[in-house]
Formats: sequence, C-alpha cells, structure tokens
Amino acid sequence: MRNVGSVIAGRNEEAAGALIGYLPVGFPTLDESVEAAVALVENGVDVLELGLPYSDPVMDGTVIQAATQQALANGFRLAHGFEAVRRVTERVDAPVLLMTYWNPVVQYGVDRFADDLAAAGGAGLITPDLIPDEAADWIAASERTGLDRVFLAAPTSTDARLRKTIDASRGFVYAVSTMGITGARSDVDRAARTLVGRLREAGSPASCVGVGISTAAQVAEVLEYAEGAIVGSALVKALADGGVDAVGALAAELARGTVRQ
Amino acid sequence: MALRAQTGPYFGEFGGRFVPESLVAALDELSEAYALAKLDPAFGDELADLGRTYTGRPSIITEVPRFAEHAGGARVILKREDLNHTGSHKINNVLGQALLTKRIGKQRVIAETGAGQHGVATATAAALFGLDCTIYMGEVDTERQALNVARMRLLGAEVVAVKTGSRTLKDAINDAMRDWVTNVETTNYIFGTVAGPHPFPEMVRDFQKIIGEEAREQVLDLTGALPTAVAACVGGGSNAIGIFHAFLDDADVALYGFEAGGEGVETPRHAATISKGRPGVLHGARSYLLQDEDGQTIESHSISAGLDYPGVGPEHSWLAALGRATYRAVTDDAAMQALRLLTRTEGIIPAIESAHALAGAIELGTELGRDATILVNLSGRGDKDMDTAARYFGLYDGGER
Ligand SMILES: Cc1ncc(COP(=O)(O)O)c(C=O)c1O
Repeated sequence: MRNVGSVIAGRNEEAAGALIGYLPVGFPTLDESVEAAVALVENGVDVLELGLPYSDPVMDGTVIQAATQQALANGFRLAHGFEAVRRVTERVDAPVLLMTYWNPVVQYGVDRFADDLAAAGGAGLITPDLIPDEAADWIAASERTGLDRVFLAAPTSTDARLRKTIDASRGFVYAVSTMGITGARSDVDRAARTLVGRLREAGSPASCVGVGISTAAQVAEVLEYAEGAIVGSALVKALADGGVDAVGALAAELARGTVRQ
Repeated sequence: MALRAQTGPYFGEFGGRFVPESLVAALDELSEAYALAKLDPAFGDELADLGRTYTGRPSIITEVPRFAEHAGGARVILKREDLNHTGSHKINNVLGQALLTKRIGKQRVIAETGAGQHGVATATAAALFGLDCTIYMGEVDTERQALNVARMRLLGAEVVAVKTGSRTLKDAINDAMRDWVTNVETTNYIFGTVAGPHPFPEMVRDFQKIIGEEAREQVLDLTGALPTAVAACVGGGSNAIGIFHAFLDDADVALYGFEAGGEGVETPRHAATISKGRPGVLHGARSYLLQDEDGQTIESHSISAGLDYPGVGPEHSWLAALGRATYRAVTDDAAMQALRLLTRTEGIIPAIESAHALAGAIELGTELGRDATILVNLSGRGDKDMDTAARYFGLYDGGER
C-alpha cells in the first residue's frame, strides 16, 4: 500500500505536481474499468480515485451520473469495489483511493469496510457527503488501519472549517470549486486559486483541485497553485466514447501538463 | 426532558448533517437566520398574520359521524388542512421559509416536489414575495400530477422534470441539492418535509406544529378531552409531525403514522420506510431508509406521489425507536377505498396521501371501539388526484376498471 501524501509530495519535487484520475468502478464493465484504471497509471496518472456507483450521487455531474447509473444497472455490488482495488494494485504502483458516498460504508460497517479496503491494497477514502463533524467512526477506523482520509473544502467554507478539514484529512484536501458552474473557466479557476491559497495559509500540506479539467494546459494551470489536479468527467467521457485506448491516450496527454515549466 | 423540547441536529441517533462541505455554509446561514427569527417577535407576528390573512388559519376541525360508522363507531374528527390556500399543509412551512429567505436576502428559491403540493406552495410564496423560483419534480410525477405542473407554471415558476434514477421525489431532491451546491450564494432551498440535513427537520416541524397546537385546543373544546389517538399519513413526515408535536408529552394520546403500503409490504412495491426499512444515511440525515444490502436506495412505490419516498424524517425514526409513535402501512387500495368512503359519506374529497390516514383511522376505530376519539390530519384535498381517482374507479366515460 502506497501512501497518497508521499506520492503527491514526490511529484511536487520532481514535477509540477500530481495528476489524479477518477473513474467509476463497473463502467462500462468491471473488467474494462480495471483495464482503464491501469491504463491511466501506465500513461502518467499518479493517484487513482475509483468511484463506487451509488443510487443518489448528489455531488456528481451528468457525465459521471450516467456512467454510474449504467454500472448499477449492470449489477454493480460493493464487493466489486474491493475487487477492482485489488486487481489494479496488483498490476500498478499508484495509490488507489475509493471515492464513496457515506451510506454504503455505513451499511457495510465502517470498521469492516476499512479492513477490507486495506486488505485489498487500497490507500483510503474520499467521502464527498461526509464532513469531519460526522466522521468520528471513520476517523477512528482509518487511524486504526492507517488509511488516508480525504475530506472536501469549498470556497464557502469558513477559515475555522478549513482548519478543521485540514486537521481531519490525511493524504490531501480536495478543493472543490462550486460544482457545475457554467461561467468562464477563468472565473472557476480564480475561485479555486483563492481557496487553495486559503488552505495553504491554514496549514494544508497538499491541496488538490478538480474544476472541470480536460486539457494538459488546464492541468498545468492548476498545478501552478495546487499540489494536484483532479480529472474526472473528461476521463469518463473518453472511456465512454472511445474505450480503454482513448482513456489511456487522454491520460498521456493530460500528464504532459505535469511537466515543470 | 419533555419530548416537545427536542431540537436538532440529532434526534437520538438520528438526524445530523451528512452533506457535501459546499452546503455547510448555506446550512449554517439558514440555522443562524432561523435562530434569530425565532427570537424576534416580529417574525412570529408576520408569519401568524400571513397564516390568518393568506392561508386561512386556524383551519377548522370537522367531526365526520357518517364516515365514523365505518370506523367501529369511534368518534372521528378531521383537522382540515385541505382547506388551506393552495390545498394542503405544505403552505404552512413554505411561508415560514419564504419569510426567512427574505431575511437572508436571497432572490431565488428552489424546491423539490412529489405530488406537486409543495411545489405549488413554493411557487405561490415566490409569486407573493416576488422571488425567482425553480421546482424540481421527477418525470414520473410530472406525468401523474400534470395539473400541478400547470399550476406552478402559471404561478411563474420554472418546472424541471428530473430524468435521473427512479424519476420521482428522491431524484428531485438530488437535483435540487445539486442546484443548491452550484448556486448557493444566490439561492435558498425551501425543503418540503421534515427530512434532509439540520436545520430542516427541526425548522419544518416548527412551521408545521401549529396544526397540532390548534387541533389540541379545538378537540378539547369540542369533546372536553384529549383524543384517544392521532392519525396522519407519513411521506417525509411533515404533516404527521405537525399534528403529533403538540401531543408528544400527552402520554395517554396514542400517535399513529400511516406509511404508504403500495401493493403490500410483503411485495417490493411500497414506501413503508419505518415499517420495512433500516437506519441509514440519505439526503443529509441518518434515518430509516428503504435500501438494499449494499446501502443503495430502493425505489419506493405508492399510488400517491406525495408518499412515494424511500426515506423519512429523523424525528419520526426517533419517535419510533422510543415507542412514542407507532407506524403502520396502508395499501394503495385501502387508501383509495377510504378516499371514496369519505367522499360519499361526508362530501369531502381528500388527497390520496391523506386518504392513507383515513384508512388508518378506520383500522384504529375498529380496534379501539366506540369510546375512542380519533383525530385525523386531513393534510390535503383531492383536486390534484382526480385523474388518478377517475382511472382507479372508472369514472371517465368508457372508463377503465
Ligand atoms: C396532501 C399531502 N399530504 C401529505 C404529503 C406527504 O408529505 P409529509 O409526509 O411531509 O406530510 C404530501 C406531499 O406531497 C401532500 O401533498
């Protein structure tokens, strides 16, 4: 099991920063999602974020919703999440985080989930609908198992809440710009830049940003101010449209944005 | 501690704020604005005034002896929330939250709706206060409640037909939350029931508890005693908590919530969340939930769009866990028969949602007998359900069934 924080720190020494790629487990099939995740790493993605499809994904945009709904319709089960982590970590070195809404973890049992994720070689969890205030069980389970915990920070978070999020997180803090904004990307970028600056001032060792990134130039732009750039929808769309080869090609293209200028 | 004194964020092990961080500031802002409003007599006065001059409060109670003959001869008394402006209890909550929106200084409101009653009430308040309004409604519900879609549009609201997931109320809530996350700086979310993250369960309850406060006095005046039992339908639970709350510490008054039993709780097609679900997290709160082994929400089913929801408010989960309130299921057919019975015996056409409480009252009357008095929350009127009822009973010329 590789630790997310050290990988991100390493990439900030040897390159402009880390590239983090998201794909949902089970889309378009379990096997193809594993192949696609491996292809991401082989083409320069540093940290993997595998999403567990969920019936009520309030933080996901339409591209990811469509993919996860299809995965559920195809019979996705939680056990496939652990299986995907195991199969991916057997083949590539990058740390693998699961991104999951909270109820599936609660139903599986927080401790049992942590144990099975650690046993599968997973690095930790990103929890989009769990704030540190409600996370006592998960913080205890991740302390016990050594798993990373990635909580989210928003432009509207107060300084006090940013500090709380930084304290609770291990690996990195996920800086979200307001989701689904349709305005110019430069505005989105300005909001994310400000948020990352506030996180750094509040003591965050690593902040990673996801703001609708789809090109190498945008990766480079984000890595000017953040420790990592997170790409989701663009990868999912590439996988949906062109399969494993296309998603690998896009990853290679995006990775060019991590080269230090 | 008195049960009535319980406030959020937690009701026992239920409630909380299981939301994206992006919403926390908005929830904090709402909690603070609400806390200040509660302390400000001007807010209460303005709300009470709107109740009197706009909603038509206090709503009356009506004793229904011809209906009661079918309920074991118990006395049955209806609390007439169906007579409120816009046709249901939903307006009580909406006016409160719309006033808060004005205080916070936001110009746009959004809401989810199932049957369309909460959407209509929100669109109404938006028209009254001059706010922009977007209503999220599952596509399935826009079809079965087309009349309410037209009402909302006439009132000036934009109605978005939600095409994701089961295309019903739970998916409308998901899309409304996505809208809120995106537009939180300009937009207030007027939530329609006592579910969702804190402060909604407590705040919506506070805006609805006037139902029980009025009814408790009215029943005492009429009968000289408290009712034996109080009955209400439970979707998310706002009309039920609204009528229960004033009685929570009257230990002799039994409280019954009737969930949608759909085609039967032994089938997969129902919305009997407390009867058949187990605790989990959905839409920002820990509460009972219809879900599979993996924690995926199971699609609910009810003939009544307003009860077609796989979750329930946390305070109800708490009252169920304490044994203070009892939750039972009523099938689609039992509700439809009760709807027709009240119409034929008393000339009152109830909403299909409320008909679940009426079917429950028939059951309770039969169990409790002639000495019992049953107070039923008639949460809404049936106008919106005429198409469903006409098809169900074959009332159209050349009709089905
Ligand atoms: C008339 C009526 N009663 C009841 C409900 C169910 O909601 P709740 O359980 O929050 O009262 C609705 C919802 O649309 C409704 O329109």
